Amino acid sequence: MGKTITRREFIKTSMAGAGLAIAVSLTPCGCRLLSAGEAEREAKAFSPNVWLKIGSDNIVSVIVNKSEMGQGVFTALPMIVADELDADWKQIHAEFAPAADKYKDPAWGRQSTGGSSSVSHMYEPLRKAGASARQMLLAAAAKTWGVPVSECNAKKGTVLHEKTERTLTYGELTVKAAGLAVPQNPPLKDKDLFTYIGTPLPRLDIDAKVNGVARFGIDTQVPGMLYAAIARPHAYGSKAVAFNQDAAMKIKGVRNVVALQTGIAVCAETPDAAWEGTAALKAKWDKGAEPGLDTESLRKRFLADLDREGLSARNDGDAKAALARAAKKVEAVYALPYLSHTTMEPMNCTVRIGPDACELWVPTQNQTGVLALAQKETGLKPGQIRVNTTYLGGGYGRRFETDSVEEALKIAKAVKKPVKLIWKREEDMQHDFYRPANCSQVEGGLDEKGRLVAWAHTIVCPSIFARAFPDRVKDGIDPAAVEGLKNLEYEVPNISVRYVRIDTPVPVGFWRSVGSSHNGFTVESFADEMAHAAGKDPLEFRVNLLKNHPRPRRVLEVAAEKAGWSRPLSGGAEGKGIAQVFSFGTYVAQVAEVSVDREDGIIRVHRVVCAVDCGDVVNPAIITAQMEGGILMGLSAAMKEAIAFKDGGVATSNFDTYPLLRISEAPKIEVHILESGEKLGGIGEPGLPPIAPAVANAVFNAAGIRLRMLPMTPTTVSEAMKKA
Amino acid sequence: MIHLEINGTRHMVDVSPEVPLLWVIREHLKLTGTKYGCGIGLCGSCTVHIDGEARRSCQVPVGDAEGKKIVTIEGIPESHPVKKAWVREQVPQCGYCQSGQIMQAIALLSEDANPSEKKIIDTMEGNLCRCGTYLSIKRAVRSAAKEG
Ligand code: FES
Ligand code: FES
Repeated sequence: MGKTITRREFIKTSMAGAGLAIAVSLTPCGCRLLSAGEAEREAKAFSPNVWLKIGSDNIVSVIVNKSEMGQGVFTALPMIVADELDADWKQIHAEFAPAADKYKDPAWGRQSTGGSSSVSHMYEPLRKAGASARQMLLAAAAKTWGVPVSECNAKKGTVLHEKTERTLTYGELTVKAAGLAVPQNPPLKDKDLFTYIGTPLPRLDIDAKVNGVARFGIDTQVPGMLYAAIARPHAYGSKAVAFNQDAAMKIKGVRNVVALQTGIAVCAETPDAAWEGTAALKAKWDKGAEPGLDTESLRKRFLADLDREGLSARNDGDAKAALARAAKKVEAVYALPYLSHTTMEPMNCTVRIGPDACELWVPTQNQTGVLALAQKETGLKPGQIRVNTTYLGGGYGRRFETDSVEEALKIAKAVKKPVKLIWKREEDMQHDFYRPANCSQVEGGLDEKGRLVAWAHTIVCPSIFARAFPDRVKDGIDPAAVEGLKNLEYEVPNISVRYVRIDTPVPVGFWRSVGSSHNGFTVESFADEMAHAAGKDPLEFRVNLLKNHPRPRRVLEVAAEKAGWSRPLSGGAEGKGIAQVFSFGTYVAQVAEVSVDREDGIIRVHRVVCAVDCGDVVNPAIITAQMEGGILMGLSAAMKEAIAFKDGGVATSNFDTYPLLRISEAPKIEVHILESGEKLGGIGEPGLPPIAPAVANAVFNAAGIRLRMLPMTPTTVSEAMKKA
Repeated sequence: MIHLEINGTRHMVDVSPEVPLLWVIREHLKLTGTKYGCGIGLCGSCTVHIDGEARRSCQVPVGDAEGKKIVTIEGIPESHPVKKAWVREQVPQCGYCQSGQIMQAIALLSEDANPSEKKIIDTMEGNLCRCGTYLSIKRAVRSAAKEG
């Protein structure tokens, strides 16, 4: 965990002349830069968001208001500051921001991490903060030497006066610089002059992670803390009818039993005692809300709902009439399962509540949510609550939820001791907010020339937003459910998209790439089906539908060219498939090469070639890593993952029933980054959606079978082969 | 009382012998570099060395570890060729699985200084990485073998 300081301490130290600090106050129309003193005075009028601090020891601290869950913000955000500041990268130090208004993301008005937006939201304010501090340091040096500022230059944390060969480090200048006015509109560097932005700088968190000293939430140790474990019901909506509190209390080390809404918590001096305690409770639960709920009943409900009318999310031209007129029609139904996030670090939260202070240590993507919950549970004011964001052992959207935080707060309140709550893997997998299952019925029409003239799409999908952000559900349409459909870029004159909301007891949430994780598969598989029906090459078919959309066209062309799309396959691959998906501001196309074992139904992915256009590039090494990670997580889901249900709850429980992709199944991956200079897009999520359709399309190319349901397990493949 | 030797230091822990070694290392002795991922031996996050062999500490009752030499990620020097290769190749993303990956890779290379691609894959197969760092892991193992 990075060393953190409270704002008060920070102001004190900087006012005492220990360092130069810049606060960036983000207003609706841009950002305003403030010195630490001004920030303190104006804190009410403006909410300063991001701090950079230079100490007399030359260390530049960048306080990162985004959660580091592997996507690299702990490096990428400091790089932006360091570049404009002309700092020495070796002297950059990143710190996690506590939860506070001033650290809210300006675009969202909340402090949280998601939507692959950290760099794009923070780019401009961080550049300005760096540039402004640099100007102040230059001015301070010029003043010290009595020379014009124009004769001074900044480089690697030092100001130079070439004529007289004099130098001063930033650390030596902080006191003087801190007394100067903060330039409001510092000139930003020309892109050509970037020294760090655009380069594959090593990540700042690697050493800690390689040496086992990076502190994740689950690693928190607080003096005097108890361990909390929770016995939970299997079925949704089920409540305890009986449990043996005495038996649990008899176990050595067990100190408390606390009944919660979500289960029965046992607190003990050691984690093993806490778990032994939950078992000793021998809790009996009622049958819950829907005891008959299982995988098959859910599947039937989703498919049956395809017949419902639903709501119109998009209506271009007249798809119905165009289909009636079409020379050729294709109709297909696709279905995708509920998926678990399965962060390798299970949910956990540590809480200490005192009479006038509360402290939390939590691997969260949602500091604003955690702070609000802590306020509600403790009745304390925001200033009395400290949220320490630790490293996150994976997030993927799961850690936007605050369910485990609420439990930990309630338990700590009840037992009046610091508490570390740890979920077991089984709890983590069975009490997730899943990627929604969904199914789509798509009809496409071609004219005599084989041109795609109609696309009618109905999707049945639960709503994530109805629970998470109800304000964003407009006219009953869940924005995630129609992601990639409402904004489908293929130039089809007649498009209709209908949304059927289905409500089941299964909670749903944001899962890496959200709606694009399923709609990417449906759309790009169907585009392939239409290309086949038109007798066209899948690449050419897509390119022809993107005449006025150069960015998706280009990623397709680059991926195809680098993959050798028009060349015969080699290395044992038997088929190739292509797909492109736009999500979170970024265009990604992938070509997958596969072979299919006719005997055992195993699909082997040999190679994936990926082209990505995320606009400007901050750190290409991180982009490549995120593309690889997205592809492998997407492949894991496409080939292996599905949550199963039984007796009213989740049947899947651990890696034996929910296998993840392993190293032997990881294909070769080549990533090509297109520097388009367009608006910055995200990188954490967009690598994921194209892989499932690219593989499914390659399987069709290899074996002539069209897999419309995920995951593409050996059983599904064998069954499809039999039918073919 | 159970006597343990971890990273060359002797510890005495008051714990019943069937408690998994993992929790004793992490929570009783506060060596939190070793991670919990599944508790059933299927993810490899909890991998440590016991008498030089890579073992899933969630599957080892602490009583069985008495009298043996246990090494965790904290006991591997920063200058170890595998750790250096992990830094060179910038392997970690979220980092949570990486202690286990590194301990597994060290055990592999100490047994076979120049493992084949197949051997690398077979040996690392038990270590899950949800972030998808598998390709960097392969590169890092090869790089460590070369530089080692
Ligand atoms: S925690 Fe031991 S193998 Fe997963
Ligand atoms: S680096 Fe995140 S699980 Fe491996």
